[in-house]
Amino acid sequence: MTRKRIADERPVHRDALKTGRPGAHWAVPGALFFALFALVPLGVVIYLSFTTWKGLGDPQWTGLTSWQELFRDRYIPQSVWIMLGLLVATICVQLPVAALLGTWAAGPQRNRAVLASIYFLPLLLSTAAIAIVWKQLMDPNFGLPAHLKELVGGTGDFIGTSHGALITLVMVGAWQYIPFHMLLFQGAVRSIPDVLYQAAEIDGAGRVRCFFSITLPQLRNTIITSLIFMVVGGLTGFDTVLILTMGGPGRDTTTTPLLMYFEAFRSYHFGKGSAIAVLLIVVATTVSLLLTRLSGYDRMESTKEGV
Amino acid sequence: MKPRPNWIAGGLSVLWLGFITIPIYAIVAGSVATGQAYMKGGPVAAPASFTLDSFVRVLAGPFLRYFLNTTIITVSTVVLALVLALPLSYVVVRGKGWASRGVFRLFLFGLAIPSQAVIIPMFWVISAIGLYDTWWGVVLPTAAFSMPISVLILTSGMREITNDLYEAMALDGASAFKTFIRLVIPLSKPSIATLCVFNGLHAWNGFLFPLVLTQSDDVKVVTLGLYSFIFQYGADFPALFAAVILSAIPLVLLYLFARRALVAGLMGVGGK
Repeated sequence: MTRKRIADERPVHRDALKTGRPGAHWAVPGALFFALFALVPLGVVIYLSFTTWKGLGDPQWTGLTSWQELFRDRYIPQSVWIMLGLLVATICVQLPVAALLGTWAAGPQRNRAVLASIYFLPLLLSTAAIAIVWKQLMDPNFGLPAHLKELVGGTGDFIGTSHGALITLVMVGAWQYIPFHMLLFQGAVRSIPDVLYQAAEIDGAGRVRCFFSITLPQLRNTIITSLIFMVVGGLTGFDTVLILTMGGPGRDTTTTPLLMYFEAFRSYHFGKGSAIAVLLIVVATTVSLLLTRLSGYDRMESTKEGV
Repeated sequence: MKPRPNWIAGGLSVLWLGFITIPIYAIVAGSVATGQAYMKGGPVAAPASFTLDSFVRVLAGPFLRYFLNTTIITVSTVVLALVLALPLSYVVVRGKGWASRGVFRLFLFGLAIPSQAVIIPMFWVISAIGLYDTWWGVVLPTAAFSMPISVLILTSGMREITNDLYEAMALDGASAFKTFIRLVIPLSKPSIATLCVFNGLHAWNGFLFPLVLTQSDDVKVVTLGLYSFIFQYGADFPALFAAVILSAIPLVLLYLFARRALVAGLMGVGGK
């Protein structure tokens, strides 16, 4: 009762009470927390890239020294090429397989549902666990290549060769992430209207024709979503590489994020590590922005228009 | 109408089944094999021995401690992100003016920040506030980086609540707080569930923040524990595989009893 009386006396408050809308102050704790632990570090990394810091004490302002080192270091362009190469290989393997499997699993058949639930299993393991399991599987002495060397030849140290290490990384990525992308495609295929296929059937289109003329175009938005996940993951992820190959043999699988980690937490060159981090942030954000812009994903055109 | 069998797709699906199950088989068979049998037969040999010693060895070590640490960190992260993201999303959906739009933009931008790229400044910030090598030192950054997706999931759920319901609450003279408690939270339950699973998975599987922000065994998480087992157990392959299985128990339980929630959480899409 009392609240109502006050409200009657003050029309402004009365309106606020009537609509029951939250004031902006409701957002303050969350926004402040996010700013402190996500946006502040973003600023700090730029600051640190202009300093020399060994991890202890205070960072010393040294201007462009770290950046000059960065541009002189020939391992940096090398790491960028390795990262991009792995990314392209990952996309070429994962996208088609995930799209095909997802389309297949979207069918109503019982056996497909059973198999799809087995395909799901890698999603139950953490990245660390997966990398550790594959490390054992590829072990030069007790792993699969070692036991198969009578059959296929080689020394058994597949992961110790430059190409072998790169192939292993792409393979492990496929094992870990295709189930996820498959789920995306499965859901998307199920939401394609049946009338499209019925119409195609009347026109006499076969299964292959249906896939390329109906399913794939209808999956456009899902393909772009998948691509963004792969690109962002490929440009920033490094736990798998760290555990599986440690960037080796030599530096043949040292991607840019791994190089950043080594510079900072192994060599204690936090300034240069920060400069690499800034480079990484710029590249990753630009690429994902470009991807959304080029594909028109930000406009989110519906593939259902005209149906 | 019964669809024709699709042999090409069927063949591909069986090949894929092989690829998916070989490592799974190796994990399960390896964990119950004796060390000697494993080394002789290799990862995909037919089971020749059965023993649960490997699990005993792992559980006798610090594994349970790591498990407890991960649980504490996961629960704290999920709760913290939820408590902060709920009122924030409420403002984004129901608030008026520049604040609600600005807040939403901020979090959309936040979605694009790769957490890997800020580990160096995070190390500096967490050390500076004296939280290095503590649970909180891992919880705070992990929760912060789950905020953007949390806000996205919650707002898309809250936008489904119709205006009539808000108006009915307003007619009853309910304040913003009362509307929040009585209407918004109960109707957001599906998206809250999705968000808890999504953030829980990320915290549970987190590797990078703990790697950089902790060092002692007292706060070590399971993923890092597995990593150190490579060096610690050396050639004790069965123990490694047993540890991998133990680390996946919560997710296996979710998979068995709440598959729908798990899938929605994995996708990070509103719980519909």
